[in-house]
Amino acid sequence: MTEGGRRAAVAALCLAVLAAVAGASLAVGARAVPPAEVWRALTDFAGSDDHLVVRDIRLPRTILGLCVGAALGVSGALIQAMTRNPLAEPGLLGVTAGAGFAVNVAAVLGVAASQVGTLLASVAGAALAALAVYAVGRTSPLRLVLAGVALSAVLMGVSLGLRLMLPDVFDRYRFWSVGALAGTERTPLLVPVLVIAAAVLAAVVVAGPLEALGLGEHVAHALGARVARTRAAVLLLVTVLAGAATAVVGPILFVGLIVPHLARRLAGGSVRWLVAHTAVLGAALLVAADVGARVLLPTGEVQVAIVTAFLGGPALIWAVRRHGARAL
Amino acid sequence: MRAAVDRRAVVACGGLAVAGLALAFLGLSHGAAWSTPGEVLAGLAGNDGSVVIREWRLPRVAAALVFGAALGLAGAVFQNLTRNPLGSPDVIGLDAGAYTGALVAITVLGGGAAALAAGSVAGGLLAAAVVYTLSLDAGLSGLRLVVNGIAVNAMLTALNSWIVLRADLDVAMAATGWSVGSLNGADWAEVRLPFAVIGGFALLLVALSRAMHQSALGDELAVTSGVRLARLRLLLVVAGVGCTATVTAVAGPIVFVALAAPQIGRRLARAGGVPLLPAALTGAVLLLGADLVAQLLLAPVALPVGVVTTAIGGLYLIWLLITEVRRR
Repeated sequence: MTEGGRRAAVAALCLAVLAAVAGASLAVGARAVPPAEVWRALTDFAGSDDHLVVRDIRLPRTILGLCVGAALGVSGALIQAMTRNPLAEPGLLGVTAGAGFAVNVAAVLGVAASQVGTLLASVAGAALAALAVYAVGRTSPLRLVLAGVALSAVLMGVSLGLRLMLPDVFDRYRFWSVGALAGTERTPLLVPVLVIAAAVLAAVVVAGPLEALGLGEHVAHALGARVARTRAAVLLLVTVLAGAATAVVGPILFVGLIVPHLARRLAGGSVRWLVAHTAVLGAALLVAADVGARVLLPTGEVQVAIVTAFLGGPALIWAVRRHGARAL
Repeated sequence: MRAAVDRRAVVACGGLAVAGLALAFLGLSHGAAWSTPGEVLAGLAGNDGSVVIREWRLPRVAAALVFGAALGLAGAVFQNLTRNPLGSPDVIGLDAGAYTGALVAITVLGGGAAALAAGSVAGGLLAAAVVYTLSLDAGLSGLRLVVNGIAVNAMLTALNSWIVLRADLDVAMAATGWSVGSLNGADWAEVRLPFAVIGGFALLLVALSRAMHQSALGDELAVTSGVRLARLRLLLVVAGVGCTATVTAVAGPIVFVALAAPQIGRRLARAGGVPLLPAALTGAVLLLGADLVAQLLLAPVALPVGVVTTAIGGLYLIWLLITEVRRR
């Protein structure tokens, strides 16, 4: 098979997986809705209870899950490619904790009333946390992870203290603070979807210069890439993606770690394809984890962050084993 | 030279003991209404006919001191074993494992205090075994063990949340308050057995401490000086996990005391290795201080002490990383 043919086949396969997972997310839930009825709810809406469940609850939740998964995955892929650190991930590096902390502070100060306000606070917190962790831990991949874990612990402790101090904030962020798609069905979708879609597209564009950067700074200069500008753009995208995802669903760890490791084999060294595959597979992983979150308990559901953490632990151990022997 | 070092250690330990007693006095005076020193002394002597000091405040203060000392000891043991300041039980998931064991003992086996303690020790030992097995081929020391521990910790924490969500409401409510580590509501009936268990493990550690410091000088040297390494390591792991797990069974996973206390104690005593006594004293002072801060910070709301230790310990960890970076 030619290179182009192989790429097309892989991309088609990824999209097929995504479509299957999204279909499952529409069909599975507390209320049993037959598949034919799900299809009719989307194409020929009649306003019955089944149709309302699919269209007003499961569809927005699925769309949000797709966006958040893509955002977290791509932000992990970008940060791994830029730092050349196989363990880098917005959750582990404390970027999501920074975003969550900023959202809590904004809520306490009363500036998080609007969705845009929450989003801005979240992105600003993510950026500050990313800079702080990078400044402390830049000398080695494992040190970077430790700095991130330490900062996350501090920020989460202080956030919990803030929430306990103010009961109304605690109530509003009770589910959000553990990272869940449940309860987000009524969030307006327009702003987060647009921001994330724009940032993912920008990530595909910036992937070219980023790939040159991966060859070393001197080579990148010689190839005509603008090193400083590319780095700044990547950092901006990482924080916007992680911040936007966190603003909507709360801190979710490990998606940005697992997905790029899976996608790297399919992408075969190209950062642009890595970003594209990561977006598709990240969306699929998060929605699949969300479907799992709905069926793991006989009553109610677990938070999706719990499912991703359970998948992510083994992924981290595997990454340390695989890359640890030489680089760390 | 040796005399000077010893004098420094004695002064440090004496200072820590005085600080611990002063904090304990403060803790005994603090309550819904502050007591004067005279009232506290009278209450301790038992001749004022009131239960407030002896039955309500003293158990909590004693619990903070003893549990803090136990966590400090456990941290010193594991930092000696892994020869790494980050290899302490709370970072590498032993607290989370002990908590898993305790949760399983309550929810599945429905046991009382003894089952709870046994479950948490078994859980802690199992977590230790998993982390060490995963890191064996890279040796016990090194950051890799720590990152493997962080991965195991993340999975266990997710598992714990899932168990709590599955549990009956009353178990779940109790477990949630407990999950961040709290000394709220400690009374004599609850702490008597843990005090005895911790005392036993502390005696075992005192007996082992000479051999432990010899083995810290290097495996060959330890063997030639007559230390049976395999047996020593096993006993040390059992004692360290025993201390951590006993505290976890009563107060929940109080993190970061075991990380910070041995290192602070070592610096105060200017010791070469990680000595046990300064670690235990520092742990007692840290936990009692953190508990007082937790009670006073947002009075009348009493924060779980785990929130405060997380914030303090996380900052300490970041500082540790920064100074290590600077030294290079």
